[in-house]
Amino acid sequence: MSAEQLILAALGVPLAGALAIGLTGRFSANLREAMTLLTSTALIAAVWSLLPDIQAGARPAVELVEVLPGIDIAFRVEPLGMMFAALASGLWLVNSIYSIGYMRGNREKKQTRFYVMFAVSLAAAMGIAFAANLFTLFLFYEMLTLSTYPLVSHKGDAATVRSARVYLGILISASIGLLLPAIIWTYAVAGTGEFTPGGILEGHMAGPAVGLLLGLFVFGTAKAAVMPVHRWLPAAMVAPTPVSALLHAVAVVKAGVFTITKVIVYIFGVDFLFGEPSSGWLFYAAAFTIITASVVALRQQNLKRLLAYSTIAQLSYVVMAAAILKPLAEVGAAMHMLAHAFGKITLFFAAGAIYTASKKTELGQLHGIGRRMPVTMTAFTIGALSMIGVPPTAGFVSKWYILAGAFQADNYVALATIIASTALNAAYFLPIVYAAWFRPDNTPPDRAHGEAPFAAVLALAITALLTLVFFGYSAPAYELEAQLVRGQP
Amino acid sequence: MTDLATHLPVLQVVVPLLLAPLVVLLQPRGLAWAAATTGSVLALAIAINMALAVLGGADLRYELGGWAAPYGIALRVDSFSALLLLIVTGASSAALLAARRSIDDAIQSHRQPMFYAAWLLALAGLAGILVSADAFNIFVFMEISSLASYILVAGGPDRRALPAVFKYLIMGTIGATFYLIGVGLVYMMTGTLNLADMELRIHEVADQRPILVAAGFITVGLALKAALFPLHVWLPNAYTFAPHAVTVFLAACATKVSLYVLMRFDFVVFQQNLAGHEAQFAAFLMPLAVLAILVGSAVALFENNLKRLLAYSSVAQIGYILLGASMVSVAGLSAGVLHMFNHALAKGALFLAVMGLATRFAGLDLRGLAGAARTMPWTMAALVLAGLSLIGVPGTAGFISKWYLVTAALDEGALGIFLIAVVVAGSLMAVVYVWRIVEAAWFATPAEPAEASGAGASGEAPFAILAVTWAVALANIVFGLFTGAQRELAERTAGALLGNLP
Repeated sequence: MSAEQLILAALGVPLAGALAIGLTGRFSANLREAMTLLTSTALIAAVWSLLPDIQAGARPAVELVEVLPGIDIAFRVEPLGMMFAALASGLWLVNSIYSIGYMRGNREKKQTRFYVMFAVSLAAAMGIAFAANLFTLFLFYEMLTLSTYPLVSHKGDAATVRSARVYLGILISASIGLLLPAIIWTYAVAGTGEFTPGGILEGHMAGPAVGLLLGLFVFGTAKAAVMPVHRWLPAAMVAPTPVSALLHAVAVVKAGVFTITKVIVYIFGVDFLFGEPSSGWLFYAAAFTIITASVVALRQQNLKRLLAYSTIAQLSYVVMAAAILKPLAEVGAAMHMLAHAFGKITLFFAAGAIYTASKKTELGQLHGIGRRMPVTMTAFTIGALSMIGVPPTAGFVSKWYILAGAFQADNYVALATIIASTALNAAYFLPIVYAAWFRPDNTPPDRAHGEAPFAAVLALAITALLTLVFFGYSAPAYELEAQLVRGQP
Repeated sequence: MTDLATHLPVLQVVVPLLLAPLVVLLQPRGLAWAAATTGSVLALAIAINMALAVLGGADLRYELGGWAAPYGIALRVDSFSALLLLIVTGASSAALLAARRSIDDAIQSHRQPMFYAAWLLALAGLAGILVSADAFNIFVFMEISSLASYILVAGGPDRRALPAVFKYLIMGTIGATFYLIGVGLVYMMTGTLNLADMELRIHEVADQRPILVAAGFITVGLALKAALFPLHVWLPNAYTFAPHAVTVFLAACATKVSLYVLMRFDFVVFQQNLAGHEAQFAAFLMPLAVLAILVGSAVALFENNLKRLLAYSSVAQIGYILLGASMVSVAGLSAGVLHMFNHALAKGALFLAVMGLATRFAGLDLRGLAGAARTMPWTMAALVLAGLSLIGVPGTAGFISKWYLVTAALDEGALGIFLIAVVVAGSLMAVVYVWRIVEAAWFATPAEPAEASGAGASGEAPFAILAVTWAVALANIVFGLFTGAQRELAERTAGALLGNLP
């Protein structure tokens, strides 16, 4: 297939898969699960076949419809989007394996709807990744919000629905109230919203307006959870764990930081923003979010809530890296999206496996659990080390590039922030790891348990392995993302 | 065929007008529905045909009986009327195609032929206003359509419709009378009723007080008929208590036709002739439009009856249309005219979905809708789709007009920023009130199993309603992605209306 066809396939395969899952779901659960696995494999095939072209420097594009003059639905694959698509499609397969173990292990209801909406949200993620302009990006951004909503509210009881309302309320009102005006403003000023290397706003805008527009973009993209629009992320903890993994690692928050990075690189242009003092606030907002979220995470007693605040902090690493506005830092931002995805999905898989096997959710209950669930807790440990940034894990690699970018810019605040946050990360992750391995087991004897179902354990072993592999084998990703900033000083 | 094509403007009115008395005679109840629907679909076909012709560059003029304009009756279809004709005949056809079951429930079978006759008369009246090139004929058709729609609104079993329609009748009559007074004054001063002649002659007497009074009377009278805030009080109850099918029809098009006449008069007849008229027009209408958006949306936030909620949203949407017009620029007018079309699509689909819901949930109270999404997933899904279009989410028709509106506001400088804030605030409120419906239907737990609301209170809406609802809801998506034709019509309209401005 040509690259253009592959782009369309990447968008169409999950949708067709959703249809197939919906149709087979009423006959046989096994057939339905086979459909999910088949679809995610097909998606990987489509997306990863694009990779060599992009590495070679090609930028295949497709235009679907012109909605208004100058505003069209079009797709164009560039390194950042390629990486996001490759990540999301790859993790979807692992996540599907995990979902099968988790959903069956917990006897969840309405599993067909779950798998259908999962596939639809993947289609939306592909659309975001490949969008060639702001308008297309926004369309799929909203599609992702709406299609993940039934997943977050899956349990369906009153408390879940209340939290899911916070989720939808913040994401939708921020995107319509802030992001959409920002997009319209961009089109009005620059006459286009096309993602162009080097940016499109230079010469069309100056002064405080730039900072304001940047603010509309950053806070409108509530999926990136820069404080104060982060509240939806802890609220969404009511979702089943595979959905949390989707939110935190595969698609949703990644779509947020991806959008912000893409806007900074392709709409504003790194150099333009660097020379514009009014944009400086973003860096401090991100740094503030990192520290605050880490401190809040310290105080959490619920494992998933702790992970949620950890995600908020880690997302702002990406935003802060992008806001350092130096080539190496932009690469670091992209790399951190990958590294964080591997580590965080492992942590969530482990949290879900613990819940499935033992129904434990609070930190105090986890003493000695490492002896009952050795594989799970080994994976958890690897994930936690990656969050802290200890070698040999993925988190080390991306922090390296972010720090290198900070040095390029002589930005010592960034340096201090990263050091402080590393200490904080260690302070809330290491006690869990320590208690799990070395404290005496506090499981009541009547609730004895072993590992979670095999599919779940397999999935978390794979992602933990990926976290380790990425440490030694990050060069292709670096090469790809270096194209983002090549040709810039 | 070419022969027939030249007669299309008059057929647009004649087909429903002549069918109306025939329908009265069709006693077996299915026949009356079939005849009325056929007539309405024929009218739609004619409207599509004319719209295509207008898009092709034609300016359709027709002289009744071959009598030339100053003495005979002249008809004219340009891009503005072609677009509105599409809305009117489309709304009528969609409502009729879907509504057979709903009307059977609402109206006794021996009264149905009369009901359908009134429907056709309303259609003929609305179409007549749009094809007329003559101020007095517009008044005549306005009265035909108004009287017929009073009957339609009062036709249902709900007794509360009677006081509602009484209010509608009083206010509608005042509006029409104001219009007539205005036309009379203009006639006194210029000696013509033909809009084109008025346009040419009025500047000779532009400084005379009667003309200024006429402009005031006409603008206010039509604003009343268009339910422009604060003259909207007749609208919510009339929409709420009317039979559901009638709400679909009238909500999609009735007020827009009055707005059409308002714009015609103010832009074509008065604008270039009365000194400073455009400034007055903008200064008078813009604050009202802003208030309509804010107040209409705010009231909708707190309404518990689904139809009243949507009716107040209509008050707000009329505000958007007028906001565009009151900018008195090509971009603004295009936005307003385009919003007429897009809002008709969204509101039509919403009320169609409501009609489907009403077959199962009689009260249409938000608190009583609990579990609706479980029993009627398709209907509710269509409702959400149409709701997204109402909000103006990209990818739907509603987005296109909001985009135009915001782009137009950007040309207005500091004022424009304020107007954008108003549009954004209105859209956010729309998010909330659409969300209230979603929440009621999806997440509220039914107090008691559905038995309470009567027999047959389960399952989807009848197929006809569902099919038409989905067709219109999908049209919201299609016209949100493929926008060529309606944009062309709207932009040409704006160009034509402003053509004479200095």
